Amino acid sequence: MIRKMITVGALGPLLFTAGAALAEAVEDTLVVNEDIEMTTRTDAPEHLSDALDEIMSGWHFRGTETRAMQADDFDNPGMIFVEQARDDWSEVVGTEGNSCASCHDEPESLAGVRAVYPKWNEAAGEVRTLEMQVNDCRENRMGAEPLKYTGGTMQAMIALISSVSRGMPVNVAIDGPAESTWEDGKELYYTRTGQLELSCANCHEDNYGRMIRADHLSQGQINGFPVYRLKNTKLNAVHARFKGCVRDTRAETYKPGSPEFVALELYVASRGNGLSVEGPSVRN
Amino acid sequence: MAKGVRPRVKVPKTASAGEAITIKTLISHKMESGQRKDSDGNKIPRSIINRFTCDFNGENVIDVTLEPAISTNPFFEFEATVPETGEFQFTWYDDDGSVYETSKKISVE
Amino acid sequence: MELTRRKVMIMGTGAMVAFGLPMAANAAGEDLIEAFTGGAEMAESGVTLTAPEIAENGNTVPIEVDADGASEIMVLALGNPTPPVATFKFGPLAASHTASTRIRLAGTQDVVAIAKMKDGSFAKATKTVKVTIGGCGG
Repeated sequence: MIRKMITVGALGPLLFTAGAALAEAVEDTLVVNEDIEMTTRTDAPEHLSDALDEIMSGWHFRGTETRAMQADDFDNPGMIFVEQARDDWSEVVGTEGNSCASCHDEPESLAGVRAVYPKWNEAAGEVRTLEMQVNDCRENRMGAEPLKYTGGTMQAMIALISSVSRGMPVNVAIDGPAESTWEDGKELYYTRTGQLELSCANCHEDNYGRMIRADHLSQGQINGFPVYRLKNTKLNAVHARFKGCVRDTRAETYKPGSPEFVALELYVASRGNGLSVEGPSVRN
Repeated sequence: MAKGVRPRVKVPKTASAGEAITIKTLISHKMESGQRKDSDGNKIPRSIINRFTCDFNGENVIDVTLEPAISTNPFFEFEATVPETGEFQFTWYDDDGSVYETSKKISVE
Repeated sequence: MELTRRKVMIMGTGAMVAFGLPMAANAAGEDLIEAFTGGAEMAESGVTLTAPEIAENGNTVPIEVDADGASEIMVLALGNPTPPVATFKFGPLAASHTASTRIRLAGTQDVVAIAKMKDGSFAKATKTVKVTIGGCGG
């Protein structure tokens, strides 16, 4: 009780002073390695235009030092996992005697892939996330064990595949066979859940730019995933973040890789259509 | 040897004699502080990189003593004078006795 | 809970005790400074400590120390369970007496940098860094 009072007391002045100053998304441009120009602000895609005018990367909502950490591949600790994944890329695993390199040559050959995921897979008859596709390759083409969806090895690989698409605009398809999945995701986004009865939109559409306690709310874009979070000093997956957000509304949360999160990821990715792929990004 | 420890360094390839260059170093290491507790409530023992040195052609540039308050994946940025062509030697010392090393050559034009 | 005057006074004393705890770490910090300087006077200028005013996350806080002509710089986090952070010793090939790193801060506190100059004198810089508990995602 006492500790709670002290914490609240200490935060009180901070909340009020910081509120006005940090309310706006920061004016700044992101050029990585003095080379990759990132589009971090752009017009909202058409399907969103009745709700938002402008979409912004989560990068704009972080502090000066955090933003600077993403501007250089050496300063960005997420890149050390990308390097680890490059080693994994060439490693032969499984019964078929293949490595990723056996079919895909260099990681750079996958430029453009991250930007269009999640996407409809005709043969499988479902929308697939990048993680699902990696495991499909591993199981069926390499005869290897699938990787844990939100585990370090998988996310390092997702970070590698994302990194070669940096600067390219996110462009996931929301029509055709993917449409019903997209609609499911949209419904999830706008549905209030949990004891706190919050939907994704309540924070990320209605209140982005405001402070929630000491956190600066972003639009909840996922163009920067996987994210190296300063908080846990490791790469974080989209579904891990979704799971956390749902848990934070005090609801029963879904599992990473579940159809609900696949649908939600497709929808949330589409809200960022036009922003550059930033993964791996650095956030708080 | 702690798992998955991987050093990386950023050093320019060339410099003029006597020039000051910026060096950045990062090593992936958990830096277990000794403050955390496991699910049974027992303290997880400290296991960190406790020292980092950078030498050039045998002469010292910097010698850092690290404590548990250094963040996971210790990062350092500092400046070195390059008197002549040679090699930078980077060494990290782990609590568990392991020593991690990497080196980078630089040529003076 | 009914707020009687007695309860407020007890809570107030409790608060003082809680606030007293950082002072224990301060004492440990003072001892470390004493050991480093041998009790010598520390100049107010001569070493610069750069740290954010509000740390985005206490787990990874970027800092920089700079002291022209220093042979050594010691950094302490006075509010951490154990104050020592790092000590930078500059060798003959150090181009400047500057170093940057990322540190862990357990809560809002003073971070202190003490520089030992080549001529044996000392300088001290202090910076208060606010460390906040996050909102939903924090």
